[in-house]
Amino acid sequence: MSEKALEGTKVLEYASFISGPYCSKLLADLGAEVIKIERTGVGDEARRRGPFLGDIPHPERSGLFLYLNTNKKGITLDPETQTGRKIFLELVRWADILIEDKPPKEMEELGFTYDKLKEINPQLIMTSITPFGQTGPYRDYKAYPLNVVHGAGSGYLAPGGSQNLEREPVKSTSFSDDAACGISAAFATICALLPRWSTGVGQYIDVSKQEALMAMDQVELCQYPNEGKVASRKVDPRMAIRVTPCKDGDMMIIAMDDRQWKGLVSMMDEPEWTKDEIFKDILSRMQHMGEMLKNVAPWAMQHTRDEMYHTGQERGAPVAPIRSIEEAANWQQFKERDFFVEIDHPKAGRISYPSAPYKLSKTPWEGGAAPLLGQHNEEVYSTLLGYSKEDIVMMREAGVI
Amino acid sequence: MTGRVLEGIRAVEFGQFYVGPYTSEALAYFGAEVIKVESIRRPDPTRWFGSTGGPDPKIIILTDPNKSVGFNELNLNKLSVNLDLTKPKAVELAKKIAEVSDVIVENNRPGVLDRLGLSYEAIREVKPDIIYLSASCRGSTGPERNYAGFAPIFGSLGGLSEITGYADGPPAPPIGGRTDIVCGTANAFSIITALIHREMTGKGQYIDNSDSEVISCLVWDTIMDYNLNGRIQTRRGNKDDIFAPHDCYRCKGEDDWISIAISNDEEWRAFAGAIGNPDWAKEERFQDAYLRKKNEEELDRLISQWTISHTKYEVMDILQKAGVAAVHSFSSKDFFSDPHLKERGAFTEVEHPVIGRLTVMNPPWKLSATPAEIVRHAPLFGEHNNYVFGELLGMSQEEIKALMDEQVIY
Repeated sequence: MSEKALEGTKVLEYASFISGPYCSKLLADLGAEVIKIERTGVGDEARRRGPFLGDIPHPERSGLFLYLNTNKKGITLDPETQTGRKIFLELVRWADILIEDKPPKEMEELGFTYDKLKEINPQLIMTSITPFGQTGPYRDYKAYPLNVVHGAGSGYLAPGGSQNLEREPVKSTSFSDDAACGISAAFATICALLPRWSTGVGQYIDVSKQEALMAMDQVELCQYPNEGKVASRKVDPRMAIRVTPCKDGDMMIIAMDDRQWKGLVSMMDEPEWTKDEIFKDILSRMQHMGEMLKNVAPWAMQHTRDEMYHTGQERGAPVAPIRSIEEAANWQQFKERDFFVEIDHPKAGRISYPSAPYKLSKTPWEGGAAPLLGQHNEEVYSTLLGYSKEDIVMMREAGVI
Repeated sequence: MTGRVLEGIRAVEFGQFYVGPYTSEALAYFGAEVIKVESIRRPDPTRWFGSTGGPDPKIIILTDPNKSVGFNELNLNKLSVNLDLTKPKAVELAKKIAEVSDVIVENNRPGVLDRLGLSYEAIREVKPDIIYLSASCRGSTGPERNYAGFAPIFGSLGGLSEITGYADGPPAPPIGGRTDIVCGTANAFSIITALIHREMTGKGQYIDNSDSEVISCLVWDTIMDYNLNGRIQTRRGNKDDIFAPHDCYRCKGEDDWISIAISNDEEWRAFAGAIGNPDWAKEERFQDAYLRKKNEEELDRLISQWTISHTKYEVMDILQKAGVAAVHSFSSKDFFSDPHLKERGAFTEVEHPVIGRLTVMNPPWKLSATPAEIVRHAPLFGEHNNYVFGELLGMSQEEIKALMDEQVIY
């Protein structure tokens, strides 16, 4: 067993679907002890969303849930019951960190505001992840992943290279932006762990998904007040970055600086057209991207992505194939770095997962299965909190757990 | 307690473009002292990119390394020193800085710093508990480690580009820095975990991050679908597998859109009520989630007829009041007049000594005790040579001057 960077850190998760669970997954995967609270009966919303194993809906076989909850312990609890509320507060006393993603009003109604919770645990770090944060006129606005993307301006920037502003801005097919919010929140949360170690001070962290995503486009957004430019999905005809179709798919081509341009010219075996004055320097090339692509296209259509990729890269051109999800999942580079790891799960079986967005040499990622619904009820309620077997049976009957 | 959590932590950055610089900028927001090492022979290329400004700007190549607005946004709170690392004396000085630092951040192509004599092993000899992060397009191992790549490249290798765009259009990766900055955020996260580990054990470590791997972790849901079912998901605009409406609808105005997502019948009834219960909303073909998805095209057309006669702010207000998830598609212009972001203080200004007053985005995390904050503009090129070589390394003015003349500090 290797060392765990976050060994000994105790995390309580009261979150569902993507951003909140992703945030605490990042901590769990590095050794934090995460207890995930799921609503009695139904559990995390991700259990009810596909992809399901074999496309058959089953709460223990959702690819969304299985990935987002690796290495966690799972309990069921209804904090709206009197006993459930009491247990929630006992768990808050146990935790170093609470990660939650409920609408601000819901937490207030439950009496789970940071001010109340810090009376129980003054050293608590509490991270709230919501679409618009805890303050401001939109704090109670409802937003699904689609709305989060567009509310953050990320949609307005896609599809990049749009020729037609009569068509709508879009998101990617995956839930990638909600995942990005989880990474952002995890970073802020563990930063707060650092002073705790020396001074024992807890604190509250308000993460607005809108702002977390805006920050990822901060350079483009601030072009407006600073330079008057409204960043949009409309192609900027002066950036020498383009997608071009080729024999067996699409290729990403970058030809900004001279070295990259020379690489591209060499990749194509130095055709005559590349000697034209209009391609002589970066500024001129950026102004004549249309002509460049028109000339590249017929050549590209004669070549496969792999030919272009390896020849281009060997000759200094930063080009790459646009990979489908299948190709990404089978990429040799990933395999040689052990990026995909198989994990056994009692209900879903042995499945390959993408591992982690980091590769720490001494404290590596380690895969452990996501919990079954209520799998750790007994361990948590009896061993950790000291409830008797009879109590647990009664609480189950009462719908508390 | 006040103060910033990383005060007392020093990081050295050998970074360029977005990923490396944002990684250490995130640390600098939390109070780390970040020393960016550059040479006039090889400054961070972002220093050379400027814009003519205005609504239809052209990119220009700057001749003054202190005039780039984009550089400012990616290098706030940092210090800058000059070292021409092709010279052995400069490498020795870089090691001396590393000796009094905690973290190294670099995003050169794998092998570049090794050849200069600044590999993890070399730094570890002078600073055994160093935390050394290398971020590259594909990681520092594997058959394609030496291939070049920027955000559009790793976005394409990791799968994100192919699944972004219209169902009937080409792959169309988003414009903007988020493909880079999400990698920078993951890097910063891994550095903090290593710092926590060092605090517990006294041990440093090497971190070998791959931008392509970060991207594939973001599209994990589509990869899981492939791993579970062999299904190859691709781009499909804003559409959802199950729910409708789930798209952006045109509003009154120029290029103005509202995103609307409805996931159950309760929200559907609330939506119908909010738009005045038109007859079409009562039709049987829209009365449950299955039917709405089946008749999505017609549904989208009818919804657009309503949204087009309202501004995006009106639609957002009307629908949110009814409990429907509707948020307009913000353009970068909208953010700077939006009442919500104004109240939350999303933006601030810094005074840049060469460019003047600049708007910058505040760090997006609001911590109650140990804030992340912007304390200064991005460093001028070599602005902190005297502080770092003089105060930090204890060199005399004569020594510094001599090394400048030798073009070591250069």
